[in-house]
Amino acid sequence: MIYLLIIVVLLVLAAIGIYNGLIQSRNRVDEAWSDIEVQLKRRYDLIPNLVNTVKGYAKHEEGTLMQVTEARAKATSITMDPTKLDAAQMVKFQAAQGELTQAVGKLLAVAEQYPDLKANQNFLSLQSDLTDTEDKIQAARRFYNGNVRDYNTKLQTFPTNLFASMFAFTTRTFFDIDDKGPESQPVNVQF
Amino acid sequence: MVYTQIATNKRNTALLITFFLVLIIGLAFVFSQNLNSPALLPVAVIVSVLMSIGSYYYSDKIVLAMSHAKEIQRSEDSELYRTVENLSIAAGLPTPKIYLIDDTAPNAFATGRDPKHAVLCITSGLREKLNKQELEGVISHELSHVGNYDIRLSTIIVVLVGIVSLLSNWMLRIGFFGRRNRDNNQAGAIIGIIGIILALLSPIAATLIQLAISRKREYLADASGVLLTRFPEGLASALRKIAADQEPLEVANNATAHLFIVNPYKSNLNGRSAGSSLARLFDTHPPIQERIKRLEEM
Repeated sequence: MIYLLIIVVLLVLAAIGIYNGLIQSRNRVDEAWSDIEVQLKRRYDLIPNLVNTVKGYAKHEEGTLMQVTEARAKATSITMDPTKLDAAQMVKFQAAQGELTQAVGKLLAVAEQYPDLKANQNFLSLQSDLTDTEDKIQAARRFYNGNVRDYNTKLQTFPTNLFASMFAFTTRTFFDIDDKGPESQPVNVQF
Repeated sequence: MVYTQIATNKRNTALLITFFLVLIIGLAFVFSQNLNSPALLPVAVIVSVLMSIGSYYYSDKIVLAMSHAKEIQRSEDSELYRTVENLSIAAGLPTPKIYLIDDTAPNAFATGRDPKHAVLCITSGLREKLNKQELEGVISHELSHVGNYDIRLSTIIVVLVGIVSLLSNWMLRIGFFGRRNRDNNQAGAIIGIIGIILALLSPIAATLIQLAISRKREYLADASGVLLTRFPEGLASALRKIAADQEPLEVANNATAHLFIVNPYKSNLNGRSAGSSLARLFDTHPPIQERIKRLEEM
């Protein structure tokens, strides 16, 4: 009888340990996601400034400017709830972010054609801030994905997987920006 | 791996402080017995407790002051700042403060009691001689020390060992030179003996530093640093450059040598001590060639 009791107590203690471990990893994932959001927010804030600066110099680039503004509006319209990041939502979000990255990249490339713009101090600092923000998004993404990997591994390995389904823990989705990158873009050289 | 490393470091720090407290209070007990001054014991208890608390909260500042490091602002070197920020984000750590040592010998260390109070310190030589990728390699190595809580243990060691060697010096003096003008010869002799014991103890304590800051820790920081940059060649090339530079770092001393990414004395750099296993036993850092080799194999 006493042995049975000891075994039950041990099992309960182990279950508590596993449960707390899962909560801890899940919180790490959520925290990592909020790091990404901080950086995305920073990018959203920088873009209107960039658009306005470019507007003053490059009047013929209405199309590119519109594209950036629209891509930004589209990206900001998707609100992601970190507690239920499902795959479908994530795909949409990734696509919107990728589009924005590309539109901004195109705008910066267009700006190369305007020597006055390139000499503008405000533009230069915006450009370097944006590049820096892109780097930070990358870094935050890497940290998030690392945490998702650890969390998912925990969820899927024995014996944690038994508890995970019991307490309705679900795997999280990786954040891979759907950015085709400059290498897959058609190269547009103008003389 | 990293989480068990954190637990080990926290435990070792607590053990070290306990050992220090026991040592100082034990000494005070011996003294108060022999010198017939019972007031000494409570005074020593209070002083040593204050010293321990002080070393926990202020050792990073002491280390930075010892190294003549100055804090730099974002406006002074925004590129360095950004590099540190980006790598901290990737490591999931708060951005540490950045300090600069004005010395042309390239080297770097991290200090502080936890990631929230971490300080990253590099020499101006490192900043000038390394390119961006190499700099990223070094910074991510230091950030892994921050994330591992290696910084807490290694910084507190500096101060506690410093206090012990100070005490041993002081007691040797009282023991040898103070004896003549004293009526009570016996007390002087006891202080002298304890001084000798302490004088023997502090090199052992210094060796303990080297054991505590085991060379495995440097390999681990190299490896987890590479996990951040995903570019082992960056750190390998930085280590190669630092090894090629023969200039010693003037602000480093025996107490702080183990903090740096590469031994600031450059004694073990080019495998010179590789032949003598006894010499290697007392090295604070693994041979740099071995570290580069491991990085290249990643």
